[in-house]
Amino acid sequence: MPFGRPCGLRLRSKLERCIERILLIATAIAAVAIISILLLLAYFCLPLFTSGELGEVFSRRWQPFAGSYGILPMCAGSFAISLLALFLAFPGAVAICFFVHSLAPAPAAGLLKTLVHFMTGIPTVIYGFVSVFLLVPLMRDWLSAGTGFTLLTAAITLSLLILPTIVLVFQARLERIDPTLTLASAALGFTPIEQVRHVLIPASAQGLLVAAILGFGRAIGDTLISLMLAGNAAQFPVSLFVSIRTLTAHIALVLATDSQSMAYRSVFAAGLVLFLLMGMINLLIQRIGRADNEKTYEKDR
Amino acid sequence: MKKIADRCLVGFAWLSAGMVTLAAVMLVGFLLRRGLASIDGSLFFGETHWLDAVSGRAPVFEGIWPALMGTLYLVLVSSFVSIPVGIASGVYLAEYASKRVRASLGCAVDLLAGTPSIVMGLFGFALILLLRRTLFPQAGTSLALAALCIALLVLPYVIRTTQTALQAIPVHLRILGPVCGLSGLQAIVHILLPVASRGILSGVILAMGRAAEDTAVILLTGVVAQAGMPRGLWERFEALPFRIYYLAAEHQTRRQLDQGFATSLVLLLLTSTLFLTAFMLQRRFEKRWKKW
Repeated sequence: MPFGRPCGLRLRSKLERCIERILLIATAIAAVAIISILLLLAYFCLPLFTSGELGEVFSRRWQPFAGSYGILPMCAGSFAISLLALFLAFPGAVAICFFVHSLAPAPAAGLLKTLVHFMTGIPTVIYGFVSVFLLVPLMRDWLSAGTGFTLLTAAITLSLLILPTIVLVFQARLERIDPTLTLASAALGFTPIEQVRHVLIPASAQGLLVAAILGFGRAIGDTLISLMLAGNAAQFPVSLFVSIRTLTAHIALVLATDSQSMAYRSVFAAGLVLFLLMGMINLLIQRIGRADNEKTYEKDR
Repeated sequence: MKKIADRCLVGFAWLSAGMVTLAAVMLVGFLLRRGLASIDGSLFFGETHWLDAVSGRAPVFEGIWPALMGTLYLVLVSSFVSIPVGIASGVYLAEYASKRVRASLGCAVDLLAGTPSIVMGLFGFALILLLRRTLFPQAGTSLALAALCIALLVLPYVIRTTQTALQAIPVHLRILGPVCGLSGLQAIVHILLPVASRGILSGVILAMGRAAEDTAVILLTGVVAQAGMPRGLWERFEALPFRIYYLAAEHQTRRQLDQGFATSLVLLLLTSTLFLTAFMLQRRFEKRWKKW
């Protein structure tokens, strides 16, 4: 980048260097924050490692009054709900991207784009609130699924929450595809849907993967939907109609009701698991992104 | 055969678009039907006269005024931290940082952006535990703590939008500074920042929207159901999203439930205005440089 650094006068005044330093310090705040989050969580988990209670926390039963503090059901719950939400949202989200990109008439595409942006602005708690009074009664009455607070209820709502994320990420990737590619395929007589199948999907395959992973991460990290809708029973997700508890909801629940110190420690373990999971997801996305950037379908920027 | 598959795909695309539109319309329609009638003076101020409530002469018991003020304070205090720090970081990453520094600090920003909000809340909670054990035995969760955690949560949005807005400036404007004999800093202050201001503003508004809507962070760092008006930085407070969450589970009367719907509408209006403004600004900013 020829103009990456300010290349004005050679002689930079003292003031300029001072300001550059201040800016650097501001930037370091993000790094310091992320390191201190990790350290603090690890510090509060430390007793688990030293006293050998680690096995107890990573066990299969959560019965605080009987002395079992396992968070494995919550890990399974988090994965089940996120995978299910992704499974529900992903095909629709991708279809919407192609719809907006090449299939829809222009006004419909514009409208849908605005709608998706509007959906990103809807607070999570409102999705939860509306679902409690709209979807939960439906689940209870139509599917006679117990109280209606089930894995499926939460996953459906969650899929609505992560759909805009997936759409926006994948949309951005589609827009980076070289327009001459679509132009050439149109000149060859491809219909829009044939373009999607034979040109756009192959050219953006890794973008699909990134969008799916980001959507999954958003689902794992969400607290309110599962807290309000999944029923919060600490058990394994054996069917779509059982009530489950996620890691995020577990943290909120245990800290809301003051309990014993072991329960506290399980919360920090849950936090650490979540943090490390998100770190891994981040790493994965960077890997894929780098591979993606080496492909030649993109227009020069 | 292929034709049929293609038709099915097109059909599926239309179906998905229709379903999502339907879901969004149902969500908003349901809220409007149940909540619109309850939006009036008593929703905000309960039985208290509005003038007394706004001037703080009388406490509000039933209304959402304290929660609205709590959210407003939270957004303002967190913006006070996240905006200057975020813009400064964005400028540094776009204009000063070497490639290696940009990659490593950018990675930290990505990690921060990926941190779930409940983990950020847990961080605030752990911070208080640590302070209690060491320096301040009387430390407790408060507005200041919640605002700090929220600020960290939204910081990546401000950083990234500032950085992208600056990096999107075309070369001919970049060389304008040196050509006019401006130093690096002068060029940033007088040319680059004004040119990128609309993009930066969209990031700032986006961050404010995120700060207003987040529930998980404040859940662990100091929000309570009955706190009255926010009294100070070191006190606990009420907030709109928490009130909605609370009413979903704890409503006792029909009136309280209606209030929950109306509160949702108020919050939705607040955040969707912020998000759509940010979206419009962003789009106009992008269009501006498309010609080149």
